[in-house]
Amino acid sequence: MERPVTDEDVRAVVADAAASGTPIAPRGHGTRAGLGRPVEHRPLDLSAVTGIVAYEPAELVLTARAGTPLAEIAVAVDAAGQELAFEPPLAGLAHGEAGAGTVGGLVATALSGPRRIRAGALRDHVLGVTAVSGRGEIFRAGGKVVKNVTGYDLSKGLAGSFGTLAVLTEVTLKVMPKAETAATVLLAGLSDARAVAAMTAAMGAPVDVSAASHLPAPAAARLGFPAAVTLLRLEGVAPSVEERAGRLAGLLKPFGTAERLGSAETARIFAALRDGALFADNRDHPLWRVSVAPTAGPAIAAAVPDAATVVYDWSGGLVLLAVDPAAPDAHAARVRAAVAAAGGGHATLLRGAPDLRLRVPPFEPQPAALAALARRLKAEFDPAGILNPGRMDF
Amino acid sequence: MSHPVMPEPDAGTLARRGEIVAAMRRIVPDGTIDGAVGMKPYESDGLTAYRTVPLVVVLPETVEQVAAVLAWCHAHDVKVVPRGAGTSLSGGALPLADGVLMSMMRFNRVKRVDFENRVAVVEPGVTNLGITRAVEHEGFYYAPDPSSQIACSIGGNVAENSGGVHCLKYGLTTNNVLGVEMVLMTGEVLRIGGAHLDAPGYDLLALIVGSEGLLGVVTEVTVRILRAPETARAVLVAFDSAEAAGLTVADVIAAGIIPGGMEMMDKPAINAAEDFVRVGYPRDAEALLIVELDGPPVEVDHLLARVEAIARGRGATDCRVSTSDAERMAFWAGRKAAFPAVGRISPDYYCMDGTIPRRELPTVLARMRELSVKHGLRVANVFHAGDGNLHPLILYDANAPGELEAAEALGADILRLCVEVGGVLTGEHGVGIEKRDLMPAMFTETDLAHQIRVKCAFDEKHLLNPGKVFPELHRCAELGRMHVSGGRLPFPDIPRF
Ligand SMILES: Cc1cc2nc3c(=O)[nH]c(=O)nc-3n(C[C@H](O)[C@H](O)[C@H](O)COP(=O)(O)OP(=O)(O)OC[C@H]3O[C@@H](n4cnc5c(N)ncnc54)[C@H](O)[C@@H]3O)c2cc1C
Ligand SMILES: Cc1cc2nc3c(=O)[nH]c(=O)nc-3n(C[C@H](O)[C@H](O)[C@H](O)COP(=O)(O)OP(=O)(O)OC[C@H]3O[C@@H](n4cnc5c(N)ncnc54)[C@H](O)[C@@H]3O)c2cc1C
Repeated sequence: MERPVTDEDVRAVVADAAASGTPIAPRGHGTRAGLGRPVEHRPLDLSAVTGIVAYEPAELVLTARAGTPLAEIAVAVDAAGQELAFEPPLAGLAHGEAGAGTVGGLVATALSGPRRIRAGALRDHVLGVTAVSGRGEIFRAGGKVVKNVTGYDLSKGLAGSFGTLAVLTEVTLKVMPKAETAATVLLAGLSDARAVAAMTAAMGAPVDVSAASHLPAPAAARLGFPAAVTLLRLEGVAPSVEERAGRLAGLLKPFGTAERLGSAETARIFAALRDGALFADNRDHPLWRVSVAPTAGPAIAAAVPDAATVVYDWSGGLVLLAVDPAAPDAHAARVRAAVAAAGGGHATLLRGAPDLRLRVPPFEPQPAALAALARRLKAEFDPAGILNPGRMDF
Repeated sequence: MSHPVMPEPDAGTLARRGEIVAAMRRIVPDGTIDGAVGMKPYESDGLTAYRTVPLVVVLPETVEQVAAVLAWCHAHDVKVVPRGAGTSLSGGALPLADGVLMSMMRFNRVKRVDFENRVAVVEPGVTNLGITRAVEHEGFYYAPDPSSQIACSIGGNVAENSGGVHCLKYGLTTNNVLGVEMVLMTGEVLRIGGAHLDAPGYDLLALIVGSEGLLGVVTEVTVRILRAPETARAVLVAFDSAEAAGLTVADVIAAGIIPGGMEMMDKPAINAAEDFVRVGYPRDAEALLIVELDGPPVEVDHLLARVEAIARGRGATDCRVSTSDAERMAFWAGRKAAFPAVGRISPDYYCMDGTIPRRELPTVLARMRELSVKHGLRVANVFHAGDGNLHPLILYDANAPGELEAAEALGADILRLCVEVGGVLTGEHGVGIEKRDLMPAMFTETDLAHQIRVKCAFDEKHLLNPGKVFPELHRCAELGRMHVSGGRLPFPDIPRF
C-alpha cells in the first residue's frame, strides 16, 4: 500500500513494518523534512488521507484527516470567520513550498506563532486524535468537544512527537473566532533590554496584548523600518482596540513615543513574523529557536554576538537567531550554555544543513532521568522501534 | 451501599503494616499518622459515598521525604495514594486499605512570584485561590477557577486538570501550567518545563496534567498568571425553552464572542436557587442563561449589547443587563448556590459531570427527562453552557432503600448518553473510581491499552493510585507482549478487560 487512504490501510503498513522491523517515516507533504535529525527511512505517505470530516463553527471544533492540506483548512475556517488561534508559523522557513503542509505534520511538529502568549500553543488546541501506534494498532484519544478530562491527554501528548510514537490519521482541533480588527502599537529605536522591559510592562497591563515582538535594527530593516522596532499587537472589536491602543501608548511613555499601525499593516508584519519571512533569504544560515523566560531573551542573543539576524517574539521569551554558517557547531555550545545560565528553557536548531544536524543535536539534550522516561514511552508505543527512529534522539 | 470493586487488599501487605508504619515514621518522624481517630479525616474525599481506612497516612514536608517514601514503597511493593485537599468528586483520592495515603498539604508555600515573566512557582498544597491571593495586589490572578477554589489544592488541580466558569475563555489547568517538579514512584525527581513557554522533547506535561495521581507525585507547580480584566458585566436571560437558550449560546459563539462565562440552569435548578437565595430569578422560565463579559469597559459594553440583541432575537422572555457589580453578583448568587440549594430540596444529591456537543442540548435534556422517569428520581440541571459541560444533579434519599443505587444507575445512563451523542464522560471532575467502569463506553480496549502504556512508562509496577481511572490494570509485561507473526497485529489472543 503506497498511499494509504483509510485507517485500516495505515494500520496494515505500520503492522508490516513492525513485523519486518523496517523503519518508516510518516510524511505529509515533507515541508518540515529539515527539522530534527535527518533520517532516511522508507516514507509512509499520508497525503491521500484527506478530508475535513466535520466542522461546526458554533461548536468551535474541526475534525480533519491527517493528510488534509492546511491550505484547505485555512480556507474553510476563514469562510466561517474563524482561525487556528495559535498561528501556525513557518511558511518561509526554508522548509518547503508555499501553500504546502498537512494538518498531521502541523500537529506532529507542534510549532506555534506570535499569539502563543495569549491564545496558547498548538497543543492547547488539540482536542482529540485517531492514530496508529508502532504496534500497528488503531487507537483514539481525547474527544471532539472543547472540554474533556477523560483519561490521559494522549492527543496533546502526541503533539510535537514528530511521528515517533504514532502515525496520526485524524485530528480534532479547537478553532476560535477571528478578531474583527487589529492594530499595532510601535516603539522605535529601543535596545533589546529596553524592548523586553517595554514588552513585559505591556503584557502586565490590562490591555490584552496578543503579540509582543521586537526586531533589532537589521531585522527591522527587512520589513522596511529605519530602526529597531518593538511591536505590540491588539486585537478585538474596533472600539476596544481603539481604546486599548491609546491606553497602551500612554502606559509606554517612559519608553518613547508610540506610533500606531492599522490593521492591514499589522496583518503584513505579523504574517511575516509568523512565517519566518525574515529568515527566508539567508537559507544557508543555521537558525536557532530558543524558548526562555521573557526577561532572559537578551542574554541569549548576547551570547552570539555575530548573529546575522535576531528576532524576539513572545514578549522576549522566544528568540530566533540566524547564525554564521562558518561557526563550527552553529554556536550550539554558546546558545545552550546561555539557556542553562538563564535558568532553563530550550534551544532547537530549527534549520541547518543535514550534516550539521547530525553533529549537533537539533533538540535540546534532556537530563538523564527525563530522557530515560521519554525512551520508556517510546518503547511502549513503538516497541519495534520502527517509527522515525533517530529523528528526535529516541 | 454500593461500592465499585477495588483491587483486593493484599494480605501480605496488611500483615506487614507494623513494618510499613515504622518505615514511614523513620522517613517522616513528625508526619506519620496510624491511629484510627487520626486517620478518620482521610477516609474519603468529596465523593463521600465511598470510604476506606488507609493503611497509614504520611504527610511529608520536603521533596527528599516524598522521594524517600516513594522509593521505600517501590522497593517493598507498597501502594501509595497521593492526596491534596480531598475535594475530588470522583473518588480520585479514596484511600486503599493496603496503601499509604500521602497528603501533600504541608507543601503550602508560594515559592516565587515573577510578575515580569508572569509566572508563580508554588508548592502543590497551596489552594487554587491562594495563588490569586498571592498576586492580586499587583492586579494579577490565576485563571482556572473550580468552584472549590477556596479549598482545593493546585496539586489536585494539576492531577484533575480542573476548570471552572472561566474555562471557555481562559482554558483548563492544562493550558495554564508551564512546569512541574514531580517524583516518580521509584523516587526519581524530575523537572518538566518551567518559566518558559514550550518544553522540549515529548509533551510529558500534557500527560501529567489530568493523570489523577497515577503517574507521579507533584511537588512543585509553575503556573501562568494573568493580568486581571478591568471590568466584568453580566446579562441574565430567561427563555421558555431550553432549545432557545441553547441556540442563543450557539449564536453568541458564531458571532465571534467568547464570553468570560456562560452558564445555564433549567427550571428545577432555577426554582431551587430562587427558594434559597431570592435574587429574583424568573420562576416560570424553562431555562436561564447568565452570560458574563470581561475586559476593558468599552469592549464589555459593546459586546453586551450584541449578546442582548442575539438573545432577544431568539425570543428571550426576560433580559436584564447588570448595571452595578452588586447586581452582577446577585445574578451569580443563585448559580453559585445552586448545589447547596438543591441540597435543601432533597436529602441527598449526586452531581454528574459530562460534556456534550452543544447542538445536542435539546435532545439530551429530553432524553434525560425520560431517564429520570425511568429511574424514578428527579434531576436538576446547571451547566457550563459555553463549553457544553453538564452538571446534572440527581436528587435522592440515601436512607430510602435502593435510592443510592438508582441514583448511580441514572448517573451512569446519563454519562453513556453524553458519549452516545458525541460527548465525553467527564468535563472536569475526572474519572477516579466513579466513572472508571464506564470508560469502555467511550474507549475501546485498544484505546485503553494505549493509555495504560503511559502508566507503564511512568510506574511499571502500578503502585501509584491503582484501581482508579482504568477498569482493570494489566501488568505491563503482559500488555507489552508483541506476538509478531506474519505481520498481523494486534493479537486478539492477548486477554484484556
Ligand atoms: C495557512 C497555512 C499555510 C502554511 N503554509 C506553509 C508553507 O507554505 N510552507 C511551509 O513550510 N509551511 C507552511 N505552513 C506551516 C505548516 O504548518 C507546516 O509546514 C506543515 O503543517 C507541516 O506538514 P507536512 O505535511 O509538510 O509535514 P512533514 O514535513 O511531512 O512532516 C513533519 C514531521 O511530522 C511527521 N508527520 C507528518 N505527518 C504525520 C502524521 N500524520 N502522523 C505522525 N507524524 C506525522 C513526520 O514524520 C515528520 O517528523 C502553513 C501553515 C498554515 C496554517
Ligand atoms: C463543592 C465542590 C465544587 C467543585 N467544583 C469544581 C469545579 O468547578 N471544577 C472542577 O474541575 N472541579 C471541581 N470540584 C472537584 C475538585 O475540587 C477538583 O477536582 C480539585 O482539583 C481536587 O483538588 P484536591 O486538592 O482536593 O485534590 P484531592 O481530592 O485530594 O485529589 C484529587 C486527585 O489528585 C491527586 N493528587 C492530589 N494532589 C496530588 C499531587 N500533589 N501529586 C499528584 N497527585 C495528586 C489524588 O491522588 C487524586 O487522584 C469541586 C469539588 C467540590 C467539593
